[in-house]
Amino acid sequence: MMTTTVPTNMLTAHIESIGFWANGLPSWQAAREFVATGALADGAPAKPSPQLLAPNERRRSPESVAVALDVALAACADAGRAPADLPSVFTSTHGDLSITDYMCATLATAPRDISPTKFHNSVHNAAAGYWTIGAGCMREATAISAYDASFAQGLIEAMAQLAEGSDAVLLVGYDTGSVGPLLSVHDCAGLLGGALVLSRHGKGPRLVATLADGEASAPGALGRHAAANPMAPMLPLFDALAAGAPRAALKAGPNRVLTLEIGYD
Amino acid sequence: MSFPPMTPLAIRAYTATTALGHGREAQAEALRTRRSGLRRNDFGEGATADARLETWIGRVEGIETLALPPELAAYDCRNNRLAWLALQQDGLPEAIAALRERHGAERVAVVIGTSTSSIGASEEAYTRLDDGAFPADLRRPLLHTPHSPGYFVQLTTGLRGPCVTVATACSSSAKVFAQAARLIHAGVVDAALVGGIDTLCGSVLFGFNALGLVSTRRCLPFDARRDGLNLGEAGGYALLERHDPARPGLTLRGYGESSDAHHMSAPHPEGLGARLAMQGALARAGLAPAEIGYLNLHGTATPANDTSEAIAVRGLFGEGAFGAGMPDDGLHASSTKGWTGHTLGAAGIVESVFALLALERGLLPGMLGSDEAGETQPDPACGPQIRFDNAERTIRYAMNNSFGFGGNNASLVFGRE
Repeated sequence: MMTTTVPTNMLTAHIESIGFWANGLPSWQAAREFVATGALADGAPAKPSPQLLAPNERRRSPESVAVALDVALAACADAGRAPADLPSVFTSTHGDLSITDYMCATLATAPRDISPTKFHNSVHNAAAGYWTIGAGCMREATAISAYDASFAQGLIEAMAQLAEGSDAVLLVGYDTGSVGPLLSVHDCAGLLGGALVLSRHGKGPRLVATLADGEASAPGALGRHAAANPMAPMLPLFDALAAGAPRAALKAGPNRVLTLEIGYD
Repeated sequence: MSFPPMTPLAIRAYTATTALGHGREAQAEALRTRRSGLRRNDFGEGATADARLETWIGRVEGIETLALPPELAAYDCRNNRLAWLALQQDGLPEAIAALRERHGAERVAVVIGTSTSSIGASEEAYTRLDDGAFPADLRRPLLHTPHSPGYFVQLTTGLRGPCVTVATACSSSAKVFAQAARLIHAGVVDAALVGGIDTLCGSVLFGFNALGLVSTRRCLPFDARRDGLNLGEAGGYALLERHDPARPGLTLRGYGESSDAHHMSAPHPEGLGARLAMQGALARAGLAPAEIGYLNLHGTATPANDTSEAIAVRGLFGEGAFGAGMPDDGLHASSTKGWTGHTLGAAGIVESVFALLALERGLLPGMLGSDEAGETQPDPACGPQIRFDNAERTIRYAMNNSFGFGGNNASLVFGRE
C-alpha cells in the first residue's frame, strides 16, 4: 500500500483532549471557567509540578519543562491515552529564556564554569527529551520553533503526522517569560502551556485547518489574560474551544494564517 | 512500529558547505583524497578566547569576510552568513526559483534544522551590554530566538509555504527531511527547501566540554582509543519535490524517527532507539537491510555514541552474511566526523549530502582519524560493516543516521532511481 497524495492544503483531526496551564489558570477546567465567568482559580501555584518527573526533579526542573510536561500529561490523561504510545510535537518560540540568559552570562564571564546540566537543558528539545524519558516513550518526538507562528506550525506538523498514518499525536506549545538583558529584545512574561491530543478517528471536536493569507483572530479572554507570553498566538484556538466557537485563525507566518474550522457534535 | 512504504520524493538539488570547502565539489574532493578539514581550535574572542579549549575544530573559511546583501544586513550574524553562503552554492538559487515558478511561493515549504541557531549573536550581546540591555546593533529579536535560521532562509528565498525551524539538537537537519516529506504527502505543499545550519559558538564548545565530551586530539570515530568529539560548523540544503517515476535521479526513499527514552545526554547503551529509527527508515523505503550500500553513521567519536551505534548496526545488519569472509560489496558504514567535525544541527544535512554523493558518484568514504602512525584500532563492538578505508563502488541505496540529545534519533534512506 502506498501513501496517498491528495493535492489539497486542508488538514483534519479530532481534538481528543486539552491540557492547559497559565498563571492563575492551572488547568483546562480553570481556563474554561475563566472564559465563562472571568474568575481566576484560587491559590494557583506559580509553577506547575509535573507529576511525570521524580519528586526531587519536579522542583528543580526548568519552568519550560515543568509547564510542557504538566499540560502534556493532563491531555494524555483526559484522552485516556498512555503517554508512551504517542508521537509528540513540542513547539516553543524561545525554549527557556532563563537558561539562555544563564548560558550567555556565564560565557561572557567564566566560560569554563558552564554547568553540564544547564547545557543539556539548553537544547530546544529539552522538554521533549524529559517527556520521552519520563514516559518511557520510544516514539518519534520533535521540537520546533517558528517565532510567533510556532503553534500553528506545530499544529500543521501534528496534523501532517496524522495524514501520514499516525493514529494519534500529542501537540504541546509552551513558553516562559524573559529575564535579564534578554528583556531588551524579548519583552515577555508569565508561563504558558497548551497541549492537545489529536487523532484521526477519535472522539472530540473535529478540526479542519487551511493555510491562507490573512490576519490572526483578535484575542479572547485567554488571549488577553496571557498576552505577554510568546505562546499567546495559540490562544485563539483555546478561546474558541472554551467558548464552543466554530472558528479561529492562528498566526502562521508573515501575513499567513492557519484557518481552523471547529465542528462540535 | 511498522510502516507502509512511502511514495519516494525527488531530490532536485543538494549542497553542503563545511570546513572542507564551499559546495558539493569541495566535499567530494576532500572525501576522495581523505583531506580533513579539522584544525587546531582558533575560535572565539574575549572571554571565549582567554579560556580557549585545547581541541580541534571544523571551521568554515570565509565567514568573517563575507558581507550579506544590504537588504539582509539587519540579520547579520555568523549563523546567517553561513546560511547565506551555503545557499549560494551548486545552483541552489536557480533551482529554488524554478520550484517557486512551477508551484507558486505558497506551495513550497522551508524546513530548516539547527541546534543553536544564532545564539553566537546573543553571546556577543552579553559581552558588550549597554546599561544591562543588548547593544543597539544587536537589539534584533529575530537574531536571538531558535527560529532565526528558518526565518532568514524564508526571507532570502521569498518562499511562502510553511516555514519552520526544527531544533532537536544533533538530529535536527535529518528530521527536516521527514517533516518535509509529511508536508508534501499531506498535500500542504508540492515541494520543500530543507536544510541545516549550525555555527561554532561558545555555548557548544564550553557546553560539550562541561560534559567531558570534547577531545583534545583529532577525533577517532569507532577507534577503541577515541576519547571525544571535535566540534564543527556547516550549512547545507536539499530541494524535495514529488517524484516522477519517468524521470531518473536521486530520491528520498524513507525516514525513521524514534526516542531513546533513556537519558538527556547519553545514548541508550544498546542503541535501541538508533535501531528503531533505522528500522523505520527501511520500512518506509520498503527495503531489506541487505539492500543498503552505504551508511553514514552518526559516529561522533564519543566513547558512548560509537559503541551503542556499533551495537545497533551489528544487530540490524547482521553477522551471518559477513564475518571473516565478508564480501567487499556488503554494507559500507562509516563516520565522516574526522573530515568535518561534529556539525551538530547541520550534521543531518551534511551527512545526507555525503550519502547522496555516495549514490551519485560511487564514492564511499571510510574514516579519518587514525593516530600519528596512521594506525586504526577498531572498537571491539564494530561489526564487519564498519569500514575505515575509502571504497569506490556503484550503489543503489544509502542511509544516514543522526542522533541528538534527549535521545532524539532520525535515520534516512536515499535512492538512485
